[in-house]
Amino acid sequence: MADTSVAHAHETHDHDHQEDPNIWEGAKEPFKASYGKLMMWYFLLSDAFTFAGFLIAYGALRFSTPTWPEADFVFASFPFVDAHWPLIFVTFMTFVLIFSSVTMVRAVQEGHRENRNGVVFWMLLTVLGGAIFLGSQAYEWTTLIVKENVTMSENPFGRHIADGVYLNADGSEARKEDGTPKTFVKGDNYLLHKHDGKFDIPQVKYTTGQYAGQVKEAGLGPKAFGALFFFITGFHGFHVFSGVLFLSIIMINAASGLYAARRNGYEMVEKIGLYWHFVDLVWVFVFLVFYLL
Amino acid sequence: MAGHQTYEEQKALVFRGLMLLGAITIVEVVVALLAKGHLVHSIKFSEGFGHYLYMLLMIGFSLYKAYFIIFYFMHMAYEVRGLMLSVLLPTTLLIWAIIAFFQEGNSWGARRELIREKNEEIVKPASNSKPQGYLLSGFHLPQKG
Repeated sequence: MADTSVAHAHETHDHDHQEDPNIWEGAKEPFKASYGKLMMWYFLLSDAFTFAGFLIAYGALRFSTPTWPEADFVFASFPFVDAHWPLIFVTFMTFVLIFSSVTMVRAVQEGHRENRNGVVFWMLLTVLGGAIFLGSQAYEWTTLIVKENVTMSENPFGRHIADGVYLNADGSEARKEDGTPKTFVKGDNYLLHKHDGKFDIPQVKYTTGQYAGQVKEAGLGPKAFGALFFFITGFHGFHVFSGVLFLSIIMINAASGLYAARRNGYEMVEKIGLYWHFVDLVWVFVFLVFYLL
Repeated sequence: MAGHQTYEEQKALVFRGLMLLGAITIVEVVVALLAKGHLVHSIKFSEGFGHYLYMLLMIGFSLYKAYFIIFYFMHMAYEVRGLMLSVLLPTTLLIWAIIAFFQEGNSWGARRELIREKNEEIVKPASNSKPQGYLLSGFHLPQKG
């Protein structure tokens, strides 16, 4: 590459102990990386701290509540199928991001070979992957908001704090269709449904734990759940959205021959590639804390 | 950076990356479903020691995926050592942030009951209704003897 010859020229200058007259013109590259690439790395570092702050806040709030909804109960819907398939759809979303990361690496490689058509083809696939991911996230959000009534301040996904039995409105024990009592055990997940704008909150009688023998309401789950989910996945989704936007702009520029004229191995594609891989990298951790742990 | 490898080697690396990240993701999801008792109903390790092992495994897998993406997809492995250190070393600050904030979260959780009691506590108004500061008139030191 052209970079290496430039670096050699500077080494000889250093031995001369003479000030390079072009030193303030960007002639000397720290860490042998161009200004743009270096700054992209430091921007990503700062962005990593932002995301880490959000995810650590999620952990702290989760530890501070006695119960937390289980991901395999909450995230179990799949488009066009009326089924309970825990984590399957979000696995699909993860694969979409992995694929779009791989096509991005191919685009950068074709850029190094100065192959304009290759760059545009692989970037197009990357943009497509980003768009599919955004669509999937729109589906996931819609299910939570419209069907399951999760909002920033209300979360109908709860978990029982002890063993017990559901009660009817008149205070008698509720029974299943086969006549056995409608019991639950500690840690069971439930979803409250809304009727006429109000949640149906059932009465329960606990048989174990500190409230054994008492009648209580199995109410809304931890409030922070909805706010954290929408805020953190929304912030990640916004990164994907701006990534798709910038990928499209750079793809059009590449197609127009702008970067071919620069003869620097399509460095712009390399820079947006770094950003795009970072979005995938953040998803690894969002996937970990929201869906796996 | 690309000068270290031939074009064929680069393409092979991309394919290897795809296989590796895909395989780890599938293993993660299968283990997660197994842990929650969705695959085999008699097996469930969502509590106690098994749960800690499960969480450690998931964190380990995720860190490996992160390492692979940074070093091979983002080409950190081919950058100058100084660049790598200047980007990766600051992230070690997060180790303390995680320890401190999770400790804090646990502490909020442990004192939830106390906070609820304090909120519901009915405080009797002071019998001495004169407006005062402690040291002016309403406060008397206990007498000796």
